[in-house]
Amino acid sequence: MAIEADQAPVGQSRAGLAVLATGVTRGFQPGRGVLCGLDLSIAPGEFVALLGRSGAGKSTLLRILGGLDPEYGGDVLVPERRAVVFQEPRLIPWLKVLPNVTLGLRRGPDGRPGLRQRSAGALSEVGLAGHARAWPVTLSGGEAQRVALARALVREPQLMLLDEPFGALDALTRTRMHTLLQALCARHRPAVLLVTHDVQEAVLLADRAVVLTGGKITLDVPVGLPRPRDPAQPAFQRLRTRLLAELGVNEHASVPAGSTAAD
Amino acid sequence: MADRVGVTAPGATALADGIRAPGPVLAPGAAPGGELTLIRPARARRRRRLTITRVPRLARRAIGPIAAIALWQLVCSRGLFTSFEVASPVAVFDAARELASQGVLQSNLLISLQRVAIGLLLGVGIGVFLAVLCGLFWVGEDLLDPVIQAFRAVPILGLVPLVIIWFGVGEVPKIFLIALGCLFPVYLNTYAAIRNVDNKLVEAGRTFGLSRLGLVFKVILPGALPGFLVGLRFALVASWVIDVVAEEINAQSGLGYLINQAQSTNRIDIMFCCLTIYAVLGLVADAIVRLLERRLLVWRAAFAGG
Repeated sequence: MAIEADQAPVGQSRAGLAVLATGVTRGFQPGRGVLCGLDLSIAPGEFVALLGRSGAGKSTLLRILGGLDPEYGGDVLVPERRAVVFQEPRLIPWLKVLPNVTLGLRRGPDGRPGLRQRSAGALSEVGLAGHARAWPVTLSGGEAQRVALARALVREPQLMLLDEPFGALDALTRTRMHTLLQALCARHRPAVLLVTHDVQEAVLLADRAVVLTGGKITLDVPVGLPRPRDPAQPAFQRLRTRLLAELGVNEHASVPAGSTAAD
Repeated sequence: MADRVGVTAPGATALADGIRAPGPVLAPGAAPGGELTLIRPARARRRRRLTITRVPRLARRAIGPIAAIALWQLVCSRGLFTSFEVASPVAVFDAARELASQGVLQSNLLISLQRVAIGLLLGVGIGVFLAVLCGLFWVGEDLLDPVIQAFRAVPILGLVPLVIIWFGVGEVPKIFLIALGCLFPVYLNTYAAIRNVDNKLVEAGRTFGLSRLGLVFKVILPGALPGFLVGLRFALVASWVIDVVAEEINAQSGLGYLINQAQSTNRIDIMFCCLTIYAVLGLVADAIVRLLERRLLVWRAAFAGG
């Protein structure tokens, strides 16, 4: 439980980066590293999608960046204000929605009313202004995840860490969440690391897609498509195919176009 | 729960006379399957459910005890037992009136209630304190928990002779025994509940900047509340059991003392009267815990629809 985060600011934003990870290693069993000398940098305001097969170490990296895993090797620099959205909303069941959003926030100069107002603002940004006094159990999966997004947003993070946040949602809800996330990112401009195994999601949302294989980044490509993106575009399809190939999925000609999952 | 319907669909779509469901489109070349027997899935019979749920819950729950009392009275008036073996509800009521008119019932009930209340308060308080100590700190767990577990294995009523030597026959030994009896169930359940709080929530709380104290008061302790309430229920039962025993062995007051006195004067009706009071007290205690649960665990009840 002893987490001694290195809180001393290390040099003002090296080369204007939001994340600078060099030679990161992490192993759970001796001799079998999950991350072996991983390098990754993310620019402020950049949206990076991290792809990889299950067990590739995507979540391990995200947990290190989020400060949830202190047992890593190598050097990692992250901004002070970070926020995580997990695959499950992880709302505290015995707190209503609004106190869940304000959880752990320190009162600013505007005091408690200001805190509540900012949190209510974040809730209305995710379209849940009317749910401030609801219990988490009464929310649907999509609503709960939107509260989790609001909880992350209200912290005005310089780095948002999203750990497969839409993985447990149905396809329709996921599409709406994609739209919402894009709008929120356009407005708040945090650096984002989105861990996902959904290649289509990565190409749709990210400025850059990186693939994690064997504990290292093996592919790092800018997406470079104009927004809003259309999965039917040939460029979209080409990038998708390339990422899938890197993940070890060969698309046969007989597989109908439009299947998205990489696993 | 599914009634069989004598409709077989031999690969076609005709259901019954005149009814035609939108037919399945068979893939070309797919052979029509064998005979298919259709059933109806379970469906509530609306009218019966409604009439039962319309009766208030309290009234529904009272039906059982009232029936039991009626049966008790019936057995007694039929002469299945003599009045020296089993007192009838009417006799119990008369005994209660007799004792109450002398003021004996009130004073003894009050002193028992007082002992149980003080013992319960002490036991629950210490139990929660130890549970928090062991649940939150590894040192507490490593040093204290084995000791508490060892003490728990000692039958509390076996301590009675020792406690009399230590504290004499006043209020202290009784309250001590009750407190001890309440301590263990509260400790065990609260401790286990603290340790079972979802680590994912603790992790979330930590990422979002909760301090250690904030984690304890906002995440860990509220999360352990259901377990604590289970422990409280056990403690309530234990407190009355120990109270009776303590009062029957050495006391000049209390319900247990009253039962003991009744035995020496052969007043079976008074004995039954005291036992009935215990039963009622048990019901009241249960109702209080239920109320507490409804109040404290609203966040959980919210989805059950009341």
